[in-house]
Amino acid sequence: MGCGVSKSNQFHKSSGKAIRSAILIQRWYRQYVARTEMRRRYTWHIFQSIEYSGEQAQIKLYNFLGYLMDNFTPASNERNLISHIFRENEVCRDAEWERYFCYKNIEVPEIYSGPHLTFPLTVEQAVGLVEAFRNKKQLHSRYVLQLLLETWKQLRMLPNINRISTCHSKEITICGDLHGQLDDLLLIFYKNDMPSLEKPYVFNGDFVDRGKDSIEILLILFSFLLVYPSEVHLNRGNHEDHIINLRYGFTKEVLTKYKMHGKRILKLLQKIFSWLPLATVIDQKVLVLHGGISDTTDLGVLARVDRHNYVSALRPPKKRHQSSASLSVDSDIDEDIWSPNKMFLRRKSLTFLKTVPRDSFQNRSLQDFSDRIQVNPADELCQRRPSVFNLGNAAPEKEMAASVSSESLSVIDEWKQILDLLWSDPMNQDGCVPNEVRGGGCYWGPDVTEDFLNRHNLQLLIRSHECKQEGYEFCHNRKVLTLFSASNYYDVGSNRGAYVKLGPDLVPYLFQYQASSMIRELTVRQSVGRTERSALKVLREQMFAHKTDLICAFKTFDSDNTGLVCLSDWASAVESVMHLDLPWRMLRYQLVPCKTNGGMIDYHEWFDELAIKGPNADHIDQSLLETLYRHRSTFETIFRIVDADNSGFITIEDFRQTWMLLSVYLKMEITDDTISDLVVTIDRNQDGSIDIDEFMEAFRLTDKKSRLERGRSMFMGTATDLTKLEGDPNI
Amino acid sequence: MTENKQSGESIVPDLHKKIKAAFKSFDYESNNNVDVREIGTIIYSLGCFPTQADLHDIIAEVEEDHTGCIPLDKFLPAMTKVLLEHKFPPIPEDLLLQAFEVLDKQKKGYLEPEELTKHMTEEGELFTQEEMEEMLTALADHKNNYVYYKDLISQLTIDPDL
Repeated sequence: MGCGVSKSNQFHKSSGKAIRSAILIQRWYRQYVARTEMRRRYTWHIFQSIEYSGEQAQIKLYNFLGYLMDNFTPASNERNLISHIFRENEVCRDAEWERYFCYKNIEVPEIYSGPHLTFPLTVEQAVGLVEAFRNKKQLHSRYVLQLLLETWKQLRMLPNINRISTCHSKEITICGDLHGQLDDLLLIFYKNDMPSLEKPYVFNGDFVDRGKDSIEILLILFSFLLVYPSEVHLNRGNHEDHIINLRYGFTKEVLTKYKMHGKRILKLLQKIFSWLPLATVIDQKVLVLHGGISDTTDLGVLARVDRHNYVSALRPPKKRHQSSASLSVDSDIDEDIWSPNKMFLRRKSLTFLKTVPRDSFQNRSLQDFSDRIQVNPADELCQRRPSVFNLGNAAPEKEMAASVSSESLSVIDEWKQILDLLWSDPMNQDGCVPNEVRGGGCYWGPDVTEDFLNRHNLQLLIRSHECKQEGYEFCHNRKVLTLFSASNYYDVGSNRGAYVKLGPDLVPYLFQYQASSMIRELTVRQSVGRTERSALKVLREQMFAHKTDLICAFKTFDSDNTGLVCLSDWASAVESVMHLDLPWRMLRYQLVPCKTNGGMIDYHEWFDELAIKGPNADHIDQSLLETLYRHRSTFETIFRIVDADNSGFITIEDFRQTWMLLSVYLKMEITDDTISDLVVTIDRNQDGSIDIDEFMEAFRLTDKKSRLERGRSMFMGTATDLTKLEGDPNI
Repeated sequence: MTENKQSGESIVPDLHKKIKAAFKSFDYESNNNVDVREIGTIIYSLGCFPTQADLHDIIAEVEEDHTGCIPLDKFLPAMTKVLLEHKFPPIPEDLLLQAFEVLDKQKKGYLEPEELTKHMTEEGELFTQEEMEEMLTALADHKNNYVYYKDLISQLTIDPDL
């Protein structure tokens, strides 16, 4: 270490005292590191549990809307409201599509300072696009549409499974989820160079949602795809799906950035997503796909499906032969598919139902369905079947039903293959079980991996779909590699991103990174603290949103109504309401900052610490706000569905109906007066329409502590004022 | 120290919950086993300050015969005893401060990285090179790389009642 001999002599002379001191410090530091590690783990756990439960809610909501659709009588107003999201993308002829997406009459104004594109695209233009986005320019909608059209034409020529080889080049680079984080893509290009003839890439899905530059990432990937069609390969992810985009931010991003043509861009992207290939195989030995596999995954089947029929992975495709007029008059209805799997397949109405006499159905209103939401669709199906086959003229329909069944089964099988491919996660135990956390796909075990790889003569499965702290993780005996390329996904400092390079030896070489120079400045201590504080903030918001249930749960432990519970009971109560399986006792000090009375927690005081800021919330019922807050992402999704023309505004009437939908979903009583109150508050300019964004922004949780701190900083320098603030019991 | 208002009977189940929660965080296979190398982290995170010798003793007691694994059913009783008897109490702040001051012979108020490294890697319960680098990254001042120990002690000491 550069010390002279004399100094080391001094050390040796130094007593047992110095040694004892060193030991104390070592022990203290190791303890600190261990605690930090533990904190990091449960921070991770918090974010993951909340994120996944969001995805599940989306699928449940979608299934619920489908259920409502099935059971309304055709005249129902509510049905029209939501029917359009189930309207199929008709397979139009090319000419029709080109006409609809025509960019030619879109003028690019003089003042536009972004890049201009000419087709066929050159590599200089693709590189120029990257630079432009780095400099925060936006591509004009004319060029966007043109680029997307060319991309669509290119994608249509590709097979479901791309087969590529390392022999023509040195190494293939594979990237995982990017989720709209342009900084990460730029960092990868910086470290690894952009795609070229010598530098092939595979991008493994989830390019969009959550991050703020999803459209830019798509445009970059598509332009390189056009310039180097043999070297750039894109796999579809579960977020390349317009239903998911409604909830997770991509739809909003496009509509915000492209106010005039956003809707068309989104529609074109729907088609493009459905045409994205499903998987890539390298040297016939390494399979790259987004989510994973199940015990029924079969590459042969996957290679043969008509992938573009699956516009959204959340619903089975339209079957062409059933468009005969005798069956269905109402074009909104989709043909039925028998669904044996109750877990996450949406049961659809039979087209046959149209011929059933009206009085066999009650004229149902929205409210009647509130208690039917939990019904097992499979049972429903069994109950309904006899009535269908009891119709007069049953013979031709029976035949149709039979052929529908056998066809349907294979459609179901195909659909499951795709769902599994996009949504599954690996698990440590053997076997294969439905993925209840996400609501789609499976959890599959090492035995399934072993069997699958052997059957298809493969040696490695590379997938993404899950965020990993180091950006990657091996499992199943190093036969499965999870790759995640969006660093700081949950928050600044939360995780690194990674990409992998495969040469002809097919040995994976992993590269990690973490975007943002700010990260490098943060020390270990600081970065854990920040991520943890974000995670806890989210958690506290969630807990506030469950206030009523929590107080109920606390009361069951507090029979004497003292307002106090002990730590153990507090933890049990919280888990029984939140169902997040977190170490609540460890989290308690971050979640319950108020003082305790000898180890007991005052739960009322705890809730007073948090307060919701709503739009002039005083006269609106507190529990209503709480419900709105808890379900705000569901609410926003429904909003956007209702906003059929994607304008960002909905009418008062639509708003009212949206609220009715939500109240059924939540099994909540809500009066017209309450809705009217809410409407009055929100529609500030009284013009009869509501701005979605403004409404959602209105619901932000502020807690008392940070409000006080902010308040205090306004009084800086006046010591007496500070002490006054602290002492005031009314704050 | 904590929860002394509760009756003696309810303390043990509480401790069990605490220990299980910490254990589970490292039980990757979900089979109630952890790697023996994680045991130090788990014990430290439960608020204890064992010496290396203490850790060796505990491991000898609970390790499953040279498998490198520690099963929960052995760890739980051993750790419960440790917590009930407050076997490895935390280091009081003032003692820690004194320890730093002993090493800071010139009473500068900080330690230079070379000084600290020499002590940590050559004396007592030796740090590895990696641990040392990590410690300096975490604790040393960005600009001059000095370790201002007085500030650190208050920032990094244990949460009470954990």
